[in-house]
Amino acid sequence: MSILVIAEHDNKELKPGLANTVAAATQLGADVHVLVAGSDCAAVAAAAGKIAGVTKVLIADAPQYAAPLAENMAALVVTLADKYTHILAAASVQGKNFMPRMAALLDVSQISDISAIVSADTFVRPIYAGSVLATVQSQDRIKVITVRITGFDPAGAAAAAAPTEAVAAVADSGLSEFKGNELTKSSRPELIGARVIVSGGRGMGSGENFKLLEALADKLGAAVGASRAAVDSGFVPNDYQVGQTGKIVAPELYIAVGISGAIQHLAGMKDSKVIVAINKDAEAPIFAIANYWLVDDLFKVVPELTSAL
Amino acid sequence: MKVLVAVKRVVDPNIKVRIKADGSGVDLANVKMAINPFCEIAVEQAIRMKEAGTVSEIVVVSIGLPQCQETLRTALAMGADRGILVETDVEVQPLAVAKVLKAIIAKENPALVIVGKQAVDDDCNQSGQMLAALLGWPQAAFISKIEVAGDHADITREVDGGLEKLAIKLPAVVTTDLRLNEPRYVTLPNIMKAKKKPIEVIKADTLGIDIAPRLKTLKVEEPPKRGAGVKLADVAELVNKLKNEAKVI
Repeated sequence: MSILVIAEHDNKELKPGLANTVAAATQLGADVHVLVAGSDCAAVAAAAGKIAGVTKVLIADAPQYAAPLAENMAALVVTLADKYTHILAAASVQGKNFMPRMAALLDVSQISDISAIVSADTFVRPIYAGSVLATVQSQDRIKVITVRITGFDPAGAAAAAAPTEAVAAVADSGLSEFKGNELTKSSRPELIGARVIVSGGRGMGSGENFKLLEALADKLGAAVGASRAAVDSGFVPNDYQVGQTGKIVAPELYIAVGISGAIQHLAGMKDSKVIVAINKDAEAPIFAIANYWLVDDLFKVVPELTSAL
Repeated sequence: MKVLVAVKRVVDPNIKVRIKADGSGVDLANVKMAINPFCEIAVEQAIRMKEAGTVSEIVVVSIGLPQCQETLRTALAMGADRGILVETDVEVQPLAVAKVLKAIIAKENPALVIVGKQAVDDDCNQSGQMLAALLGWPQAAFISKIEVAGDHADITREVDGGLEKLAIKLPAVVTTDLRLNEPRYVTLPNIMKAKKKPIEVIKADTLGIDIAPRLKTLKVEEPPKRGAGVKLADVAELVNKLKNEAKVI
């Protein structure tokens, strides 16, 4: 039996996370297939086949997969499911959207957001905003899993590309229709997969003040993130949010600016390699997990740091 | 139209949970409980749609111990019309939640189901999507905007990198994200009024559904602690440490 990993992409490029999810899959078995469902997505399939550990790439190329609607994605994966012991996807917004739907159609549970694999049926997953790690055992015939990509180092490049195989598309569900998207345009890296992240919290005071962080981020080639408090306050869009209910990141360097360090935020970044915190409150909980911290006014320190780099 | 909202009783998100001494689970004895924040947003959305004249009735459902009636009362005090408690002492996992809600929906026939995207205790993020699957209905997960227009709803969803727009046919299941709305505070007069609103109690085992957990928790533990860090004097020292000690810039 084999493992199926569902790729996430925009029909041109793979999204970060597939190599990590494949790495998780190879811990479960040697025969790892990747499904690329999209429209005119041959280049994506070719890229997926070059990840070490992938033994076959399945392509479902049809107009109804141009946007990955949950109804269509779940229906497609269900047609393939019986050949697999495990079905994995990254615990991204897309994975979180269609994977539970697919699991319910198979009448199996989903194991959400695993951070480690103990055995073929036993997994570790964070609960309570990452303040507790639960080891859970699945009783289901097919294990449907979303993977916390920061828990698994990405698989490398393959020596030879894996073969591809076309799979039949399922007719459009007709239940929902994609009407377009408004993606944040930025020359900076995406949060997921960024080597350095500069994040701001309520202490930033306004969305306008995030320009200070953007200047610092540009010096470092960093992505810009935010705490839930900053999103709640309307400073920045929701897709900046790092934390329990936002993005989970683990960059080499995470600079937290004006972030007090609520457990819900720590849940999203405490696995970062080096954490720097800048906060004027000497009692801020963020300092408890920081490698280095400065107790000072961010409006003074951030421009200083930007010009010192 | 009728809207059904599901609400979960969880440990108050401001409380740091403790692990039981034997590592079998989280200690819930004498811990302050609250309505799950995303469920609160779901209730608020239904109320706003009722205030706007789109919704005629809001039925709120919870599944679990008798104490979940308190969670239902919170929703009723916010402005929901009536409650249903599906009572059980079994640990109800997302697939079971979806099955129970499906059974309730078969009786209630709502045109829209609104649930929170994620419960902040088990962090599963599954129930709404699973419910949509079992009903064969469309789903819109992580929504920040919804407008009902005749037989469909126009949706804005939060996705990685920005926003996505969908049109979904009704009936449908939607799950709430943070920016959909800001829930109202409940007032004392409304708490008093809510006491008179009806709550129907249904024993889960009368529904004829298998709600046994599929995932067995073998143990829970605290994550490894990070080593202690150092407080630095100024930016020059920080740059020096990042360059020469941590070697990350």
